[in-house]
Amino acid sequence: MQHIISILVENKFGVLSRVAGLFSGRGFNIESISVGTTMDASTSQITIVTKGDERIIEQIIKQLNKLIDVIKVVDLSEKDYIVREAALIKIHTSRSEDRSEALRITEIFRARVVDSTPTSYTIEITGDENKIDAILNLLRPLGIKEIVRTGKIAIAREDMKVPAIQEVKKLRA
Amino acid sequence: MKISGAEILIESLKKEGVDTVFGMPGGVVLQIFDVLYNEKDLKFILTRHEQGAAHAADGYARAKGRPGVALVTSGPGATNTVTAIANAHMDSIPLIVITGQVASRMIGNDAFQEADIVGITRPCTKYNFLVKSVDELAMTIKEAFYIASTGRPGPVLLDIPKDISGARADFEYPEKVSLRSYNPTYYGNKWQIKQAAQAIMKAKRPVIYAGGGVILSNASDELKELAEINKIPVTLTLMGLGGFPGTHPLFLGMLGMHGTYAANMSIHDSDLVIAIGSRFDDRVTGKVSEFAPKAKFIHIDIDPTNIRKNIHVDIPIVGDVKNVLMELNKEIRMIEENKNQLIKEREPWYSQVKEWEKEHPLTYKKSNKIIKPQYVIEKIYEQSGGDAIVASDVGQHQMWVAQYFKFDRPRTSITSGGLGTMGFGLPAAIGAQFACPDKLVFNVAGDGSFQMNLQELATIAINKLPIKIAIINNGCLGMVRQWQELFFSQHYSGSILNTIPDFVKLAEAYGIKGLRAKSPSEVEAVIKEAISTDGPVLMDFIVDPGENVFPMVPAGGGNAEMIFGEPAKVEKGKAIAKKEKKNSVLPA
Repeated sequence: MQHIISILVENKFGVLSRVAGLFSGRGFNIESISVGTTMDASTSQITIVTKGDERIIEQIIKQLNKLIDVIKVVDLSEKDYIVREAALIKIHTSRSEDRSEALRITEIFRARVVDSTPTSYTIEITGDENKIDAILNLLRPLGIKEIVRTGKIAIAREDMKVPAIQEVKKLRA
Repeated sequence: MKISGAEILIESLKKEGVDTVFGMPGGVVLQIFDVLYNEKDLKFILTRHEQGAAHAADGYARAKGRPGVALVTSGPGATNTVTAIANAHMDSIPLIVITGQVASRMIGNDAFQEADIVGITRPCTKYNFLVKSVDELAMTIKEAFYIASTGRPGPVLLDIPKDISGARADFEYPEKVSLRSYNPTYYGNKWQIKQAAQAIMKAKRPVIYAGGGVILSNASDELKELAEINKIPVTLTLMGLGGFPGTHPLFLGMLGMHGTYAANMSIHDSDLVIAIGSRFDDRVTGKVSEFAPKAKFIHIDIDPTNIRKNIHVDIPIVGDVKNVLMELNKEIRMIEENKNQLIKEREPWYSQVKEWEKEHPLTYKKSNKIIKPQYVIEKIYEQSGGDAIVASDVGQHQMWVAQYFKFDRPRTSITSGGLGTMGFGLPAAIGAQFACPDKLVFNVAGDGSFQMNLQELATIAINKLPIKIAIINNGCLGMVRQWQELFFSQHYSGSILNTIPDFVKLAEAYGIKGLRAKSPSEVEAVIKEAISTDGPVLMDFIVDPGENVFPMVPAGGGNAEMIFGEPAKVEKGKAIAKKEKKNSVLPA
């Protein structure tokens, strides 16, 4: 099963290599990884998407916790969370009907055209994996020149303590 | 007043209570060696190879229970320590390795003798540092010692660029250190400990399986108490030897691949395995699915990653072994009222265990023509009265030491467990002798292992260390030869050493007394003479080259499927009888 693991680490040189090295050294799998700063300049947030059975995920979390520079490890998959990734997609738009089709698709997905030439558009989109896959499927017939995708970032949803709201949430789900 | 980085380093080491540093100089550490030149309180021991230095520091740490320190130069000096660091890492030994590095502005330029030692050792250290400023040097050293010696101990490497040892800074050694991201768990969960106590008081066929964690946390008294309160048999891993008295009636011997029949069968038939400071290594468990198939598991370990790594555990307790055992013993004493009843109910178990012990005791075919290696170990044990530190190397002789030397005290068995590093024994013995100057220290080595770090004979000679080296000389890489005999159709590929060199002459070349025994009748006299000689002695025992280590669980087999030596036995219908040796490897 896929797990999204959020790791808060000391913002020091070499930390990413310790984390990545742990995965390669122990034969764990990394599907995507993204790193960025947090509100506190002395820490960084690493988000790793990985796969494995319960025993492997337990080992991954324990081994990450064992790294001296790791402050906190959360398996977001155990919680309710929001996940996003981003992509930049460059497409061919030589024919005018392609240009309008591309704009329609962009609008449907609430994406944006961020660069334009007479023969191309570059589209920026954020969303979960499915959304990005979906827009790619629609854009593919127009002719995709290049795609750049980020790794996933994820954040836990804030706990909703009021029972009534939880009920509403359940209904919505 | 500002002092140099080199001075800060040496002053900091002294503040950490370091009295001995092993190492070798080189270009980028000359500043540091210049400070050592006038140093009175810190002994610097020059080895002949950086691997020797780091192994010696490791041996020192194992014998003394405090971090060992090695100091080497950049590039090849640093990379030469890598095997020793990996060795300490596998066995959780607190080790501080200080490597010089090229000047900060040169890093990354492929400078002379530059190696990215922090990158190279990242996966085989507990932590490593590249010091970037002289102002943080003292704090870094404090952190290094703190990380190396707390929690599950391990090696820490400090890479100090040349300009940092030359730069000057104010020196004040920090009193305290705290790392927000590093907080080992020392005390076990109370509820889990209660659960464990109850499980122990219910078990009908319990067995304790303890490892190196008992020694690292100085918990052998607590372990003995746990075993004795309500009579639980104890087996130890290779790393655990000495953690429970080898002569104790409840001791079953070592378990695993070359463990005793009683130990492996007890685990196999047990209904409760109490694993203490041990990590279910593959050499211990054999085929995991057949390891204690009928048992529940309690697992006490300070490192949470060890728990459920290889085997399912019913009652995990994360904490320092000593603390947890103290709590557990207290808890057990509180529910002790049914103790006598319990011990009575366990009678069939005790008699079964005794039966296994009688059925297949550790044994070998005695000879009065050719020296049996086991006989040498027995004689060393006998002549030393068991009161010695034995640093063994890796291979057959190591297993024979584990089987036939009954270690009664912790920190007396010094051996490379996890990594199985040939060449460890001699430098480790040097470290152990510096740690315990008044103790009798043996290095039991194979002729193969010995040749991997024999340059350290010079270190022994120059420092007049009274180490007694016993070479179990079978003219081959015995363990490899044994596997080839049993599993590779006696194809002795790359395992024959041809009894070269003449070790007695070699010892004499270093100014060390050399003795040789060729027949069983000479063994005792040689050992006696070695022990009564002041100063180092090398004993060359020409032993039966065809002798094998038994019992043996073939790799990947279950522990209950043991192979025995002669006479051929068939156990559980699966055991393989030892093949007749037709083509003897070497002339006796």
